[in-house]
Amino acid sequence: MSAESTVTQETIEQPNPPLTPRDRRRNKVTAVIGLIVIWVLLWGTLSWANILSGLVVALIVLAVFPLPPVKFSGRVRLLPSLRFVLRFCYDLVVASAEIAWLALRFGHTPRSAIIAVPLRVTSDLNLTLTAEALSLVPGSLILEVDRSTGTLYVHVINVRSREEVERFRRSVLELEARIVNAIGSPEERRRLAEPAPNTPSTAADVEGAAR
Amino acid sequence: MSVDTVLDIVAAGCLIAGALLCLAAGVALVRFPDLLSRMHASAKPQVLGLLLVLVGCGLRLRTGVDITTLVLVGLFQLATAPVAAHMVGRAAYPDEQIRTDLLLTDELAAHIDRITQDRQRGAAPT
Repeated sequence: MSAESTVTQETIEQPNPPLTPRDRRRNKVTAVIGLIVIWVLLWGTLSWANILSGLVVALIVLAVFPLPPVKFSGRVRLLPSLRFVLRFCYDLVVASAEIAWLALRFGHTPRSAIIAVPLRVTSDLNLTLTAEALSLVPGSLILEVDRSTGTLYVHVINVRSREEVERFRRSVLELEARIVNAIGSPEERRRLAEPAPNTPSTAADVEGAAR
Repeated sequence: MSVDTVLDIVAAGCLIAGALLCLAAGVALVRFPDLLSRMHASAKPQVLGLLLVLVGCGLRLRTGVDITTLVLVGLFQLATAPVAAHMVGRAAYPDEQIRTDLLLTDELAAHIDRITQDRQRGAAPT
C-alpha cells in the first residue's frame, strides 16, 4: 500500500482501515479452512489424507494468490444470518418467477431504471455481499460500483413509476441492513440506525430520462 | 409408499421445475428488449433452475460423494453468476446497446466518467 492511499483512507472516515496483524492472521486462517473445506467437498470423502493434502494446496494457493485485505470486524450472528438466508431464498424464488412471467407475457415491454443507492456501511465486504445478493433478488442487477463513496448503481427491471423506484431503493437498503445485522460489527449496526444519506440530486434523473 | 418413492417423486418435481425455469430464462433471453434486461434473465431464473436441478439430482443419487460435488456446483454458481452479469453489464453500459427510451431514470449517467477515472487512477500504480 502506498503512502498516498493510506492518507486518503484516513481522511475519508476510514471505510476500509488498514488491517492489524491479528486480523491478517485471522483472515489467513479463515481462508485456509475455507479452501480445505472446498477441497474435501471436491473429493467427497472426509479423511486425513484429504485434509492434509487440502492444507498443502490451500497454503500454495494463498502463497501464489494472496487475498486482498478484507476487514471483517463483526462476528456471525446466528439468528439474523438465518433470517437473511431464508429471506434470500424467498427472494430468489420470487425473482425467478417474476422474470419467467415477464418472458412469457406477450405484448408487454418491461420498462426499467438505473438508480443509485448509497450504502450506509461502505466497507469492501459489505459492498461485495450486498452487490452479490442484490443481483440475485427480484428485479435488480448491479451495473456499477463506486467504491470511494460506497454507492451501488442498480439496474431495476419492470418498474412503472417513480414511486416504485423509490420503493425499490428502500428495499435495497433493507437488504443491506439484513446483511449488516447478520455479520456486521456493533459500530456498523449503529450506523444503520442513523438516517440514510441523501440520495443524489434529481438533475441526473431528468437528464437520463430525457435522452 | 416407501421413503425412496417419495424422494424420487420430489426429485422428479425439482428436475421438471428446474428445467422449466431454465426454459423460461432462455425465452427471456430472446424476448427481452435490451442487453440489461437480458442479464436479469441469465442471472435469476437460470440460477434457481440450476439449483433445483442440483437438488433433484442430489435426491436421486443419494450418495455422499455426489452430493458434496453438487453442493460445490451450487455454491460457485451463486457466487459467480452475479459477477458475470455485472461484468457484462458494465462492459455494455456506456454503449448504445441499452434502450434508453425504456429507462425511467438513469442516475449513473452523471457519475460514470468519474467512476471510470477513479478506477483507472487506482489501477495505474499497481
